[in-house]
Amino acid sequence: MAEATRAAFGRALARLGADPRIVVLDADLATSTNTKAFADKYPERFFQLGIAEGNMVSVAAGLALAGKIPFAASFACFLAGRFEQIRVSVAYNRANVKLVGTHSGIGIGEDGYSQMGLEDVAALRALPDMVIVQPADTAETEQAVECLARHEGPAYLRLTRQKVADVSPPGYRFQLGKGVVLREGRDLAIAASGAVVGHALGAADALAAEGIQVAVLNVATLKPVDDALLAEWGGRTGAVLTVEDHSVNGGLGSAVCEALAESGIPVRRHGVRTFGESGTGEALYAKHGLDAPGIAAQARALLADLGARRRDVSARRA
Amino acid sequence: MSADAGEVARLKPIVKRMREDAIRMITAAGSGHPGGSLSAAEVVGALFFHTLRRKQGDPTWPERDRFILSKGHCVPIVYAALAEAGEIPKDELETLRRLGSRLQGHPDRIALPWVEAATGSLGQGLSIALGMALASRLDGNRYRVFCLLGDGETQAGQVWEAAMAVGKYRPENLVAVLDYNKVQLDGLVRDIMDLEPLADKWRSFNWKVRVLADGNDLAQVLDALDEAGRGGGPWMLIANTVKGKGVSFMEGKAAWHGKAPTPEEAQRALAEIEAHG
Repeated sequence: MAEATRAAFGRALARLGADPRIVVLDADLATSTNTKAFADKYPERFFQLGIAEGNMVSVAAGLALAGKIPFAASFACFLAGRFEQIRVSVAYNRANVKLVGTHSGIGIGEDGYSQMGLEDVAALRALPDMVIVQPADTAETEQAVECLARHEGPAYLRLTRQKVADVSPPGYRFQLGKGVVLREGRDLAIAASGAVVGHALGAADALAAEGIQVAVLNVATLKPVDDALLAEWGGRTGAVLTVEDHSVNGGLGSAVCEALAESGIPVRRHGVRTFGESGTGEALYAKHGLDAPGIAAQARALLADLGARRRDVSARRA
Repeated sequence: MSADAGEVARLKPIVKRMREDAIRMITAAGSGHPGGSLSAAEVVGALFFHTLRRKQGDPTWPERDRFILSKGHCVPIVYAALAEAGEIPKDELETLRRLGSRLQGHPDRIALPWVEAATGSLGQGLSIALGMALASRLDGNRYRVFCLLGDGETQAGQVWEAAMAVGKYRPENLVAVLDYNKVQLDGLVRDIMDLEPLADKWRSFNWKVRVLADGNDLAQVLDALDEAGRGGGPWMLIANTVKGKGVSFMEGKAAWHGKAPTPEEAQRALAEIEAHG
């Protein structure tokens, strides 16, 4: 069942409401972030704070410091834009706030750049102890929401506006801090997260038809990132291609580079390198090379570079 | 003023010692914010030693009243109150701002559990206080929430976002006090970004407002906190105070917003506080 991860979030949140500690805050986007289902079911524990996200973030911190488990939702860009409130009210206080940013990435399409969360992970990843999770599909989102409600401490959940394909294997159990191998392969490892995980699997299919065996890792927890899994599959295949619908600076690609910096395993980062713009999500993914053909092209380019490098080394040795 | 003269007499020497301790610790640290610490001494003293329901030695008692120091740079006066209350040793005050000290330059709740929330990035405290007040209401109004704001701080947009949200939710057990000392880092508040008409602004946001003609007069402070503390809020108590109150060469001077006295200046300051209480 392809659906937006924000939809799965809204359902999971309404279910979690049975726990009286759960409170939800929104800033005039409840019908978009899908906190409305919770609001309808538990109106006394839903706080509609209007278009004032900075206040919402700090109010959430106050609720958390008083023992509640607040989920504060808005578009990813508007939340990350309140960095100062997240930095002090939430992170420095170790307030048990769950920030939920929907409408991440260029995948939102027509609304254009000002509504696209493209730097949110980069900003929040810099904060100590901030857990960041970006689920790839319905099953993973539902479990991630439950997991974050149980996790004690500040966290950021990054979700999509648009529908995404189901990618998790049957019986999949999400674990905070753990990536998962969706497909094995020997030639290259693609580490992807969120909406583009499905596209990475599509690229792997296309490459398989050419005899290129690509492993696909779903890196749902962006912080702390699964260093061991990345090192294992980078080592097995010899190179990692990161794929994300986020700025190529500061997000998954940077996290993987940091994880593998001392390993010598080459990493190629693929993501968004410009401001976004209006268009359909599909058209934007094609333009930025974040659809399956674009990702396959990046994989081929990386393998070609590596091949050339290896040939150079052999030639020098000969 | 209906405040008990005996209560004023009881609190006066406490507040005097808090002022002295604030001067001493800022001098020892070599940096800090004396001006706003001194202007808020009566309000903070009245809160800690008259108003706040708390349990000695237990900063996590669930029923305690919450106090958020939104003007976080003035935390020396709160550390002085905690030392006076016997929650932290007096001799720890001289560790203010030193590496490894619990007494961070701005409040840190992880370092010091009597701090309800880290503040210092101005404009956030009232929102945090609102969150706590909403939590209290969900839990059957088990405690009250007090928040001390600086005047310059209310130039921040978030304060008015919070003011509007408080006006909507009207938590009756939320009491805000504004330390209206008229001076901020760069100069006079009225020159930098005038707040007037200040009481009207808060009234228009659906708050109950009470203006204290002299927020450095304990009788007025106690009377206002007593009324607001009984509920019926949200309350905004606008306390007209004097920046640097009690030290003549600091009073009304922006230069003393965030500067430590030299040891010689500290001696003069302490002598004045001793002489005039």
